[in-house]
Amino acid sequence: MSDNVEKYIKRKVYKKENSRIAQKFVDAGLEKIRSCINCGTCTGSCPSGRRTAYRTRSAIRKALTGDESVLQDIDIWLCTTCYYCYERCPRNIPVTDMIIKLRNIAVEEGFILDNHFTLANDIFYETGHGVPANGEGNKKWRDLRESYGLPPLPPTVHTHPEALKECQELMKSVGFRDLMDNVAEKKKQERAEQEKEEVKEK
Amino acid sequence: MSGEKKWRYAFFLGCVAPNRYPMIESSIRAVFDHLGAEILEMEGASCCPAPGVFRAFHIPTWLVIAARNLTIAEDLGVDVITGCNGCYGTLRDAWYELLHEPELKKMVNEHLAKVGRKFKGSIEPKHIVQALYQDMGLDYVKGFVKHKFKDLKVAVHYGCHILKPSDKRPWGGDYENPRFLDEIVEITGAKSIDYKDKFMCCGAGGAVRTAVKEVAADFSREKLVNIRDSGADIIIDCCPFCHLQLDLGQMEANNYYKDIIGEQFKVPVIYLTQLLGLSFGIDPNELGLIKNHELSGVSPFIPIDPFIEKIKEELL
Repeated sequence: MSDNVEKYIKRKVYKKENSRIAQKFVDAGLEKIRSCINCGTCTGSCPSGRRTAYRTRSAIRKALTGDESVLQDIDIWLCTTCYYCYERCPRNIPVTDMIIKLRNIAVEEGFILDNHFTLANDIFYETGHGVPANGEGNKKWRDLRESYGLPPLPPTVHTHPEALKECQELMKSVGFRDLMDNVAEKKKQERAEQEKEEVKEK
Repeated sequence: MSGEKKWRYAFFLGCVAPNRYPMIESSIRAVFDHLGAEILEMEGASCCPAPGVFRAFHIPTWLVIAARNLTIAEDLGVDVITGCNGCYGTLRDAWYELLHEPELKKMVNEHLAKVGRKFKGSIEPKHIVQALYQDMGLDYVKGFVKHKFKDLKVAVHYGCHILKPSDKRPWGGDYENPRFLDEIVEITGAKSIDYKDKFMCCGAGGAVRTAVKEVAADFSREKLVNIRDSGADIIIDCCPFCHLQLDLGQMEANNYYKDIIGEQFKVPVIYLTQLLGLSFGIDPNELGLIKNHELSGVSPFIPIDPFIEKIKEELL
């Protein structure tokens, strides 16, 4: 890469008033997207954009300019991570990975859908599986396993409580537990504010 | 007895196969055993964790838990196989990142040390398709075919993460138009037919199914229209989550989009090793192809009887 391109990519970028979040974008390595030429190959290759309002190029552009509204849009959660944008980008920007990083920042700021929060906090953390087969409600799935000659529960964390504890210990150590607790707190505040506004309107 | 098996693998189950589509798990076990491969259990393994879901929430958690799963196979001293594109995506990408980025490896091992584990990078995570196609080879697998399904038209669905990101996959960078899965399907005599947007995503991944089910179902609707237009008898896939989306999601598409799809979809969805197993002459019971009708509200949701009916005579 020639020097002036290198310099251009690493130049100081104009930040909106909330430089804290713009700085987060930079810290997450999102500055790679400064080599974006806005060609739209990502958007054109995106099977989600064919049926939703999600526009990859637009999300990338917002991240580039430090526009934090991208974190609140549901759009970034409509990417199925099919990786066509990543593969086809003529500037070799790992687009899909950038979207994943945007999502990480969104979650940190408390922008996570309720379904996703439940999946992460109540299912993954508690059972070690994203789709568990233990518990009262899942008896039919254990029966189904047995109907094919398999033990009712697989030899995973489901039958090794000490392994589940180990996973939870690791999740605490790496910051997942704190992240989920902070998100829960932010969600609680958000709900309280909403209720206040509803009362006001009445 | 035959003694030492030719191949030994640690079997990473993941979540959807064991906990929602156990016929996939049992058919992989039956087929690998039949091919002379020994399957070792990964006791205490967890969710991979899902690449578009938990990685999207917190990348370090994704990496640490994935690394923990890999260490279970490292302790067994054999390569990992998984029958799920999502698990493959996680295990392969995490493995690749840890091999190439010493800083990440250091961070991960600091956490793992607290539970007495260490990621070494001594084994390779593989998809079962990779084991069949690259470790065993097409000629070897072909040698086990007993029944040929000459009249069967198959719509092959690869899914995304078996192919992409292609720089971390073993297919020589080919993600636009690969043939390896079609080649495996065709050793059974079935014909893999072309259909529009064959390599399109099923719609489930990236936490989209959990976020907005209607969007995921609309992906499936588009795929199913194209598959129906092609005249395919069945769909063959190699990923339990795609399988769920194309089976359960087919019901959802029939419901959400009934006004625009015309006739309701009813394409049987069959997992690769179920088809292979049948052609090897393995008992359909072992392949999870005989449904226990006393159980209700369980998979498969789209009846597979038309498929069994179609190939019945060739199994005799």
